[in-house]
Amino acid sequence: MAGKFSQRELLIVGLLAFIGLVLLPCLNAFVPAGNPLHVSTFALSVYGKYLTYAVLALGVNLLWGYTGILSLGQCLFFSLGGYALGMYLMLQIGKLGQYQKEIPDFMVFLEYEAKYPATGGLPAHWIPFRNFGFAALMMIVVPAVVAYGFGFLAFRSRIKGVYFSILSQALTYAASLMFFRNDFTFGGNNGLTDFKFILGHDINSPVTKRTLYICSGLLLLGVYVFCRWITSTRFGMIQRAIRDSENRVLFSGYATANFKLFVFVAAAIIAGLGGALFVPQVGIINPSEMSPEKSLEAIVWVAVGGRGNLLGPIIGAIGINSLKSYATHAFAEQWPYVLGLLFIFVTLFMPKGVVGLPAQFREIWRRFKNRNQTADLPKAVIAPTAEAEKPLQPTGKE
Amino acid sequence: MKLNLKSLFTGIAATAIVWSASAAETVKVGVLHSLSGTMAISETSLKDVLLFTFDEINKSGGVMGKMIEPVVVDPASNWPLFAEKAEELLVKDKVSVVFGCWTSVSRKSVLPKFEQHNGLLFYPVQYEGEELSKNIFYTAEAVNQQAIPAVAYMLAEGKKKFYLVGSDYVYPRTTNKILKKYLQMKGIPESDIIEIYTPFGHTDYQTIVAQIKKFAGGGNACVISTLNGDTNVPFFKEFANAGLTSENCPVVSFSISEDEFRGLPAKQLAGHLGCWTYFMSVKTPENDKFVGDFMSWIKDPKVTGTSYKVSGVDPKGRVTCSPMNLSRMGVHLWKQAVEKAGSFDVDKVRVALIGQKFKGPVAEVTMQENHHLINNVFIGETLPTGQFKVIKTFKDVAAEPFSDMFLK
Repeated sequence: MAGKFSQRELLIVGLLAFIGLVLLPCLNAFVPAGNPLHVSTFALSVYGKYLTYAVLALGVNLLWGYTGILSLGQCLFFSLGGYALGMYLMLQIGKLGQYQKEIPDFMVFLEYEAKYPATGGLPAHWIPFRNFGFAALMMIVVPAVVAYGFGFLAFRSRIKGVYFSILSQALTYAASLMFFRNDFTFGGNNGLTDFKFILGHDINSPVTKRTLYICSGLLLLGVYVFCRWITSTRFGMIQRAIRDSENRVLFSGYATANFKLFVFVAAAIIAGLGGALFVPQVGIINPSEMSPEKSLEAIVWVAVGGRGNLLGPIIGAIGINSLKSYATHAFAEQWPYVLGLLFIFVTLFMPKGVVGLPAQFREIWRRFKNRNQTADLPKAVIAPTAEAEKPLQPTGKE
Repeated sequence: MKLNLKSLFTGIAATAIVWSASAAETVKVGVLHSLSGTMAISETSLKDVLLFTFDEINKSGGVMGKMIEPVVVDPASNWPLFAEKAEELLVKDKVSVVFGCWTSVSRKSVLPKFEQHNGLLFYPVQYEGEELSKNIFYTAEAVNQQAIPAVAYMLAEGKKKFYLVGSDYVYPRTTNKILKKYLQMKGIPESDIIEIYTPFGHTDYQTIVAQIKKFAGGGNACVISTLNGDTNVPFFKEFANAGLTSENCPVVSFSISEDEFRGLPAKQLAGHLGCWTYFMSVKTPENDKFVGDFMSWIKDPKVTGTSYKVSGVDPKGRVTCSPMNLSRMGVHLWKQAVEKAGSFDVDKVRVALIGQKFKGPVAEVTMQENHHLINNVFIGETLPTGQFKVIKTFKDVAAEPFSDMFLK
């Protein structure tokens, strides 16, 4: 089935893409507010946020579910992509900030005008971000370069398993501390916020929000197709072989470090693109997005949805975040307990996550049927003979 | 068919009338404070005092005869979630006003949403200023209502050298920048002012305290601290270990109120100073009533006149503090403005708020045209109990968010 969609998958993905990319935006644009079918711009931008989280989750899954690398620092790449676009957006505010100056507010208050007089207060590395094309390039290049550098050192030194997880967590924590510092020129703790325009359009207008939502949907679809393609090639087979037994692959003559590095960089780019679309939709990016908890959250989405397949992480990311949005309003005081119990339940009883449920139910049903049949059968037949075993086996038609 | 349609429409109209009649009895008000995550320890107290204030107002007849119906959400110390929850309150719940936010970053995150949807936010926590949104009212202390009076007091006490230490946030940065200018205006040479920042969650204060000890050798130095939260514990421990005391080098902290002492050991801070527009220990009949009412409310928390179920109120070791007082006064100011305007409409309430006066527990405050309060400022000495003894009062200080205005 290399590279090809099965008919069932094509149907599901096509249907979801139609609902997400055509139906919802149309209900937002053409159905008047007040009609029960109307989807508000607010709702659409919240869904857009979930979609970018789903992109991040697909990246995590490519690493963890398919290659067995548990990176606890994927939100670093997500944030780096976000910062790249955020810098462009900051420079688009123009004189609409609190101080009505050409440079971002935080630069005025940190007295950059005196520090960098030659450029009117703008640090040199900020200047090219006036150009959207450059910012767009940086959303990809910066996460890729950081991932390449870190991955190269880690995989070459054969750092694996839990040690890799700890290191990746340390990396994102260190980065968040660095971005926290006001002297690092990226807005410190407050980060980048109060954006006004993107490519000349009002960032808060319904049309822009809808466009950003559709872009997030298209990105998710694109990343899905990419992941489907890569995991069904021979490369994908080696990926899974590395996950299941890296030493065997290594001794069969494959340079596993290079394979892992490629996947790590690909996942970082995916995360960075997700982050870049996340920022204009939520309106803020700051170092707390790099804190290790955020990356852990992404792991939880993948675990709950089901790793090692492509629909699971999307279900996990969208499902948990919708639940969180709902519960922080409906059960403001109790929601951490609700979510916490759900996570414990999933870890204990649903090892394959939500997408593994049908298989799990089939298994339970099979056992249940077995027991009933066993009880009904006359004693002589229960004897473990070859003939008696046969009809009790699952037919395997799934 | 026609008949059916007609009766359907009458039915809908009747339901709409009944619904709007029942909705007319209450007014929805948003509470946007983190109830989980790192900020929950501070912000939960503000949620409690807001619910207490709603109960207080509802008991005395509500706002224009309508009962306040709280809509409490949890933005979970997550800044993008703050923006989402703010927009949800404004767009979905259509609340008339929102009380909330603690950190500056959360305020920065929600500000565009309030401006876009023309909402109304009351912000109750001391902050750095340099911001003025037409949609936000800042009952909080501005820099000239906390840092400037504290430093003026130190200058009057004969202190000549100032060590400014803070966490690397916007609030400490801005405050210290302003203080530095102010001190230079008062004739303190730049060599006698040291400004230093420690990263988030810093615990190793050995070097800094050693530097302070050297700096304070002459006995005429003081420390102005904008360190926040947990980092105060290692700082003050190291400070005491080095033999420094409030006698030879007093510390003025701007981020520690009575509520923070519920989680900090107060003994190490005894003798050092705090500066706020409210202390629980101020003796006035109004403050006694506020503290007394709040203490009896937390034993049986409820919001009269609504079906809202209050939960998660910790009854142990409760205190009142400045952000709590400012939260409560914000609600009362809003109520008065609504009644003056005769409407919940944001544009009308915003106008009516200007010049609104409220007799609070420790001062009568006035809302100025710049959306900040005229308020009394107190300097207090920390007691081992975690309370403050007032040692100096500045009357009717008018808050000014932009430092250019008071550093002339």
